Amino acid sequence: MTAVGGRRAKPLLWTRFGVLLLFGVIFLIPIYVLLVTSFKPLTEADPGQAWNLPQTWTAEAWRVAWEKLAPGLWNSVLLAVPGSLLSCALGSMNGYVLSKWRFPGADVLFTLFLFGMFIPYQGVMIPLVQLLVWLNEATGLQGVFYGGIPGLVLAHVVYGIPICTLIFRNYYVTIPDELIEASRVDGAGLLRTYWSIVLPVSGPAFAVVIIWQFTSLWNDFLFAVFLTGPQSWPTTVMLNNIAGAQATPYSQQMAAAILASIPTMVIYVLLGRFFMRGLMAGALKG
Amino acid sequence: MRRARTWLPGLLLVTPSIVAIGVFVYGMLGWNFQLAMTDKHDQVSEGQFVGLQNFIDIWDQPRWHLSVNHTIVFTVVFVLGALLLGWLLAFLMEKGIKGEGTFRAIYLFPMAISFVATGIVWRWLMNSGTGERAVGLNRLFDWLGLPQWQWFRDQDWGMAAMALPAIWQMSGYVMALFLAGFRGVPEELREAARVDGCTEWGVYRHVVLPMLRPVTLSALIILGHISLKVFDLIVAVSGKQIITDVPAVFMWVAVFDSNDPAKGATIASYIVVSVAIFVIPYLIWSVRAERRTVRPESGSLRGQRGPSERDHEQERRS
Repeated sequence: MTAVGGRRAKPLLWTRFGVLLLFGVIFLIPIYVLLVTSFKPLTEADPGQAWNLPQTWTAEAWRVAWEKLAPGLWNSVLLAVPGSLLSCALGSMNGYVLSKWRFPGADVLFTLFLFGMFIPYQGVMIPLVQLLVWLNEATGLQGVFYGGIPGLVLAHVVYGIPICTLIFRNYYVTIPDELIEASRVDGAGLLRTYWSIVLPVSGPAFAVVIIWQFTSLWNDFLFAVFLTGPQSWPTTVMLNNIAGAQATPYSQQMAAAILASIPTMVIYVLLGRFFMRGLMAGALKG
Repeated sequence: MRRARTWLPGLLLVTPSIVAIGVFVYGMLGWNFQLAMTDKHDQVSEGQFVGLQNFIDIWDQPRWHLSVNHTIVFTVVFVLGALLLGWLLAFLMEKGIKGEGTFRAIYLFPMAISFVATGIVWRWLMNSGTGERAVGLNRLFDWLGLPQWQWFRDQDWGMAAMALPAIWQMSGYVMALFLAGFRGVPEELREAARVDGCTEWGVYRHVVLPMLRPVTLSALIILGHISLKVFDLIVAVSGKQIITDVPAVFMWVAVFDSNDPAKGATIASYIVVSVAIFVIPYLIWSVRAERRTVRPESGSLRGQRGPSERDHEQERRS
């Protein structure tokens, strides 16, 4: 996209830049608040200094927040890492079949899958809880499905199928059909073709899905609050509990909020390009 | 028969997902709806079929009216706000600007943060304390000589304030969608319009705007369905307070605090229906639209694709 550059009047360019800059500053205000407040000692907690930089910088709030939040962070790792890998495996296979090994009714099926992407999860939550409770009893594994991380992983993987399938399918559509045909002519079956032709070029799609799923699993609150108990609370629930307690000083709340956001922020900074693609896939028409 | 042998393995490979979606999405939606049509108002009772009685009765509850009204205010402010702000940012960046990458990164990063963390900062920012006790935005506004507000504790406009953090979080996404849309308009088309004597505004009005319609629709659907089921943000900012009640929070209270599964299921069904009403036509429309579009014969597999797939998709289409 070449800028029309010279044709545009200079003042107009500066106005555009100025407005963008203004919004940039507004967008960063919450980050300023988070950082500045988290480094303040309790003695500087009065409203009069709310927007000031700390006079003495201290990491005390960070230390306390870390202690309170650490179990939740660990639970979130146990949730988000296996969850996003499983989602990838399923999404990749589905996407491959729905784009390159289509069967009658594949389009209808795909549409039915897509609706799963948009359903408000409230609509399945009560039956889901009942099913997981039943699974606990049926298997004799108390606190595994309902009230445990495995149940939460299961829920996320299942409800992640639509978006993961969509991303992989849209990616695989760009693989030339001739390649698949050639492989078929050579006698390779479904799995062989997947393994030797499709999988080796799937890297970017895997990156998009891992990032997308990791972020949604890490940031999810709804499933977590319905399906987990104190032992298995992930970061978001613990964070909400910490911040919801009246006695927690602002500095600790803010430090905890930053700690909880670090993993997804790091991913965003390092892999922003893939992050964007995941977002775009959410817009359906990629 | 030979044909079946070619596609059957594919179907088998997808079967686990079909079963999972069938059970967990459609089965459970049905199960939830069926529960909503019983009188199982506590954990122990069997639950007799009562038809749509629960769906009617809930309208007798003042709290339900409140939460519906709140959702409407929140949805209007949030969807319009994010759409307009996102469009404005994209419009300003469309022709390329110094530091575009940085601007994009700044506008988009809130999306990487959870609604819970967002809620914590914004609860501080939108603290309703005034005068000496003012923190957050009220303190800032005081310095700037602007009036102080009750923010989300305001009787009438609380939900409009509640939409601010959501706009902060989602307008970057809308910006990215619109930016891709803008850039999908081929320069030749604009040039042709200019040659025909169109002013810059005319080019925008008659060439660019019509081509942004699909993007706008996508953005509307995404924002709308987020808005109708909003939950995390409300809980993080104000907990279970009635003053900011929405159906999703009401449902949570019905299930956990009132132990009333039938009522929870009824509210959940209403949320599903409100989303389905506009998502289903959209899905059918977009799948048909995709089928109408001829697939690229052999899109080369580029390892490095542009900033967004949509850019390319739109280029190919035009």
